[in-house]
Amino acid sequence: MSPEKLDLLQGTLDLMVLQTLTVMGSMHGYGIARRIEQVSGNEVLLNQGTIYASLVRLEQQGWISSSWGTSDNNRKAKFYAITAAGRRQLVSDARYWERLKDVMERVLTMEKSENGADA
Amino acid sequence: MSGPRRLLHRMWAFLRRKPLDMDLEAELAAHLQMAIDDNIARGLPPAEARRIALVSMGGFEQARYRHREARGLMTLDIFMQDLKYTLRTLWRDPSFTIVAVVILALAIGANIAVFSVVNTLLLRPLPFQDAQQLVWIAPPPTKCGLSCATYSTDAYDEFRVGSRSYQDVTGYFAFSSADNLTLSLNGGAPITATSIDVIHNFFQLLGVHAQMGRVFTADDARDGAAPVILLTNAWWKRQFNADPNIIGKAFDMNGMQTTVIGVLPASFDFGAVFAPGTKVDAITPLDLYGPPRNYGNIITMIGRLKPGVTLAQAVSDAARVAPSMCWNNRYPQSCGNYKGAVVPVPLKDYISGKLRRSLVVLWCAVGTILLIACVNLSNLLLARAAARSKEFAMRGALGASRNRIVRQLLTESLVLSGMGAVFGLLLATILVSWLAHQGAIALPLLSTLHVDGAALVWTVLIAVFAAALFGLVPGLRMAGGNVYESLKDAGPGATASRRHERTRSILVVSEVALACMLLIGAGLLLRSFLNVLKVDLGFEPDHAAAVKVDYDDNVPNDKDGSLSAAKRGVIFQQILSRVDALPGVEAAGFTDYLPLGQNRSWGLPFPKGVTAPQGIDGPLVYVITPGYMRAMGTPIRGRDFSWSDGPKSENVVMINKSFAKYLDAHGAWQDHDVLGKSLWNGPNSADLHVVGIVDDVHEENVDGDPGWQIYYPFTQDGPNAAELVIRTRMQPSALATSVLTTLREMNPRQPMAEFKPIRLLVSHAVSGRQFFMLLVVAFATLGLLLAALGIYGVISYSVTRKTQEIGIRIALGATAGLVLRQVITGTLELALIGIAMGIGASLAAGKLISSLLFETPPWDAGTYVAMAVLLIAVAAFAGYIPAFRASRINPMVALRAN
Repeated sequence: MSPEKLDLLQGTLDLMVLQTLTVMGSMHGYGIARRIEQVSGNEVLLNQGTIYASLVRLEQQGWISSSWGTSDNNRKAKFYAITAAGRRQLVSDARYWERLKDVMERVLTMEKSENGADA
Repeated sequence: MSGPRRLLHRMWAFLRRKPLDMDLEAELAAHLQMAIDDNIARGLPPAEARRIALVSMGGFEQARYRHREARGLMTLDIFMQDLKYTLRTLWRDPSFTIVAVVILALAIGANIAVFSVVNTLLLRPLPFQDAQQLVWIAPPPTKCGLSCATYSTDAYDEFRVGSRSYQDVTGYFAFSSADNLTLSLNGGAPITATSIDVIHNFFQLLGVHAQMGRVFTADDARDGAAPVILLTNAWWKRQFNADPNIIGKAFDMNGMQTTVIGVLPASFDFGAVFAPGTKVDAITPLDLYGPPRNYGNIITMIGRLKPGVTLAQAVSDAARVAPSMCWNNRYPQSCGNYKGAVVPVPLKDYISGKLRRSLVVLWCAVGTILLIACVNLSNLLLARAAARSKEFAMRGALGASRNRIVRQLLTESLVLSGMGAVFGLLLATILVSWLAHQGAIALPLLSTLHVDGAALVWTVLIAVFAAALFGLVPGLRMAGGNVYESLKDAGPGATASRRHERTRSILVVSEVALACMLLIGAGLLLRSFLNVLKVDLGFEPDHAAAVKVDYDDNVPNDKDGSLSAAKRGVIFQQILSRVDALPGVEAAGFTDYLPLGQNRSWGLPFPKGVTAPQGIDGPLVYVITPGYMRAMGTPIRGRDFSWSDGPKSENVVMINKSFAKYLDAHGAWQDHDVLGKSLWNGPNSADLHVVGIVDDVHEENVDGDPGWQIYYPFTQDGPNAAELVIRTRMQPSALATSVLTTLREMNPRQPMAEFKPIRLLVSHAVSGRQFFMLLVVAFATLGLLLAALGIYGVISYSVTRKTQEIGIRIALGATAGLVLRQVITGTLELALIGIAMGIGASLAAGKLISSLLFETPPWDAGTYVAMAVLLIAVAAFAGYIPAFRASRINPMVALRAN
């Protein structure tokens, strides 16, 4: 495992899966995993197998639904699709990440202020 | 929203593990295949395509684990895993499993049984509606027995009307004797039964409804009302074959056509609540305004408080009413007699309050048993854990966390204690249902004993508690071990085993200490019981028996009772002359009340010419015939009554030594002897000539002080019943047939009454004490056994561990005797430390038990020494077996073994 890849933060994979399904529509586990890897430019350290834990968790929460179908190259696979509840969850989770991202940005770009108000 | 929903999903997922796992397998297979397809499409050779696909997927096992963790109840999953593993390991080691489960079953079973008893007697409300409102109304304890614990009908009426605290007040006739009902069914021999007279509102007040028919109404108790009767459920089933159409049928009872108006529910047991150890077959209404009006104190009062009225309010209310209560409304000077003698106490306290201390001691005893069992189990588990230390070390090395290993060990403990609890529950159920049928034990509510929901909850609690207690020490010990040490620890003599041995020694010492406490407690109770049996009762209970005799002394127009007294004289003299002539009969006589049973008093006879002081309780009264004292084996100084002491001759009495001593202090007699002197019962009474002084008889209990007694002859005063007492050299039961045949020849109405050995009265009186004593002794024996087992386990483990060392010593010239001695010395050291601690703790806990002892101090040296010697002997025996084995070690084999 290459140490330079990003370790996934808790909960981020769920958000990625939801976003992927929103954009791609119905998709199987392998497809979702590949898609995330591609979009991240292979920056993310993802054991593809762990995506299924995320999928079952999201499904139990009612945010995605699943059904067995046939893939492009004629393989039997389980397809997942986002539900209305999932879309709502995505919106709120995305907003949360935006805020966190902003905060992190500000914290990390912080400089010693001129008037010494950092005390 | 997601919390509970998720939990539901998780539980569902837990239950559908198989299909979900199969689903996941299919998904993972498809995933891999698609990845390989993609890689091949990118131009990789198939083998490399597969390798890359597998790498990017990560471990299959990891994916499965994460999936399960995310979807289901991992804790439960692990538990199931541990459970399966535990059951497998226990199955593989059956001797350990059986020993552990038997120990736990005995300890938990004893605990459940005692809890059931405690729950029934102390914790659970009485089996009546809103039982907390019920109070028993009685004076503080007195010397003069039932007569001073009861009230007259006039007093009852006044109290009922005058009190403001009660919804209602009821009561029952306290002087009904056993077998007072004679049932004659067409033609057959009359059958005896016991009935109690109650005030008509008795059942309404207790909230008891008839199972069939109805309970009493005020009309049933009116003077001159048609006789009616309520049957108890048990008698209805036994005597009337549970006849469903019995309501309205009339039977000849005591010579009167009596109509059955109802059958009581099985849950109502008069004897269990109000008269422990006796059985009551039927209930009849008490006619308050008929003859009982002039019987004096006859009613025991029970009240139901109004909602919201506190006991303190009821007590002060009763104190307010008491001065206006009259013994008899016709004698104004008897008003105020009850001042200070009307005190309500919760009915529950009256019934089982005296047993509280015994029950607490009993509870402590079984708690100790549970502790000893846990210590034993800890020891067994430690031995087992030591043998498995490499397994755990290996698991630790493979990545199992310390928590995971402790969890697995605790699961093992839980499974063991669970199995113990199941068998213990079985054991307790058997024990409890056996106890519930011990009608002869004079303990209240015993017949209502059963294992109920509360007992089940208690079972679960103590099972979990025990598992935590005996599982935690070995668990922590094991999991805390150093992996490296354990793996390296290849043979005896290593540090880890030595540490185990120290822990085990500490456990054994504490076990011996606990067993020592139990033994001392049991020893003290046993000694007390033996002391009680040695008490001089004032009569000889062996080789004598009593039987109730039917008689009819009614004489029409008998103004002062002298005609019926004369008739009684004729009847009983005839009976006695026939009975005396029977082979085997040494002496025979009649009394109306037997000792250790019912009693009453008729005021305070006093030296003639001296005014009796107020507020002194009078002696208990017994009406007897000539020969009774000889039949009972009570020595007389002076003379016995004779048949010539008739209704017309001088009134004679006999009194006991204690009363004689009291009277002597008040009479101005030159010779300080009451014998031959005259007493009076107030200025209006006839002179009572004292013709005999008899030994003090224990009339109410065996372990109390005998009070005062006075005896009147059958031919001068009216007996309440007639109990024929026969003394014989043979087995009393051998006389039953000939005596009953004689009685029936003389009086066809004589029922087939029971032939009661006098010894039985004594056993009955001490049955409560005996019951507690036997239970505690049984528990102590169990504790001793468990302690012996513990000692044996530890010593034999240590001998096994030291096989090599002993082998070397024998090879160097140590004799077998020396080895034997050394092992036994080691054993005794442990035992002695334990005994010293146990004795110390017993001395400290002496107060707890002192009120249960009889003529035995709680630090009775004899008991302590005896128990310590017993424990040392048992310890030496338990240590001897491994010591003997040690002395037989063959040095060649021992040294080669490793």
